[in-house]
Amino acid sequence: MEKEYIHIILADDDEDDRLFFTDAFEELKINTKVNTFNDGVELMDYLNHDDAILPNVLFLDLNMPKKNGIECLHEIKQNEKFNDIAIAIFSTSSSEEHIEETFVSGANIYIKKPSDFATLKKVLSDVVTINWQYHTSGLNKDNFLLRL
Amino acid sequence: MGIILLLLQLLKPKSEAMKIFIKFDFNAVCRKVLEDKLIKHHIKHRILGFGEVEILEKIDTANFAEFANELKEYGIDIIENQKTILVQKIKDTIIEMIHNPELVNVKSSVYLAEKLSHSYGYLSNLFSDVTYTSIENYIILQKIEHAKQLIVSSDLSLTEIAFQLNYSSVAHLSTQFKNVTGITPSAFQRIITKRREIANKK
Repeated sequence: MEKEYIHIILADDDEDDRLFFTDAFEELKINTKVNTFNDGVELMDYLNHDDAILPNVLFLDLNMPKKNGIECLHEIKQNEKFNDIAIAIFSTSSSEEHIEETFVSGANIYIKKPSDFATLKKVLSDVVTINWQYHTSGLNKDNFLLRL
Repeated sequence: MGIILLLLQLLKPKSEAMKIFIKFDFNAVCRKVLEDKLIKHHIKHRILGFGEVEILEKIDTANFAEFANELKEYGIDIIENQKTILVQKIKDTIIEMIHNPELVNVKSSVYLAEKLSHSYGYLSNLFSDVTYTSIENYIILQKIEHAKQLIVSSDLSLTEIAFQLNYSSVAHLSTQFKNVTGITPSAFQRIITKRREIANKK
């Protein structure tokens, strides 16, 4: 019962990154179901659908065509239906100012995109494990901020 | 089933009394009961094999408790749940320790083992199995969560918070805070304050 699936969504326009991402999750011990989308428009179309299965964690790439990660983040934060989703931002930038701004806008997790597969796996495992603790231990999600 | 047969026998004239013999397939009986109950409670599931059921979606706790109770009448117990209950007790005990100033100095392994009447090794393995994290990490996470709560909701200084949570120094708390969350306590405070300002403007 406690080992129910953790639903994960990634929106990223880079095909290689999406592949790395799904591969990394397949190698983790934690039971996850991963869905990917190619850009922000596709993602929001899916989420806004009435019977969409909402993810436990949503990973957003910052630079996407049509609708970027920050635009998605703002849209998601405006809709109460999405309150339970933990939002992780994937970015290549590590400017302190930018990171803080993203957190202020409502992101829970900020990840500097790792350059190698082993680090990516470790990072994703950390995210999912900590999110799991928030999910199962009734921790205050408003205080959920994590930078990796 | 046995009772109904008996009644029929009593209703019949004595001369027609008869005895029948029944053969059971226990696996089939259990499976049928389980399946009926799962369907009755609208639980989306997959029966994986004998004694293992996968629940495919989140279910309401009250509904699940009722489901578990009804199975009990048939002598069917949910085993994993016993483990979950113990894990919950471990978590509750940890939180109690962190929030109680008198317990904050007590060694957690000793206290947990004593309070829950299991060896620490057993508790520790069980905990890792179910929660994907270790008791040690969970304690740190909970302490940091408590520190966060105090940062945003009390007037205590970081030094006072460090003292209350039994850290040897404010630097120790800051370092652990940064290790767990990736950000410093002051950045955390700044972000939460800004978020509140934005929310208040709306």
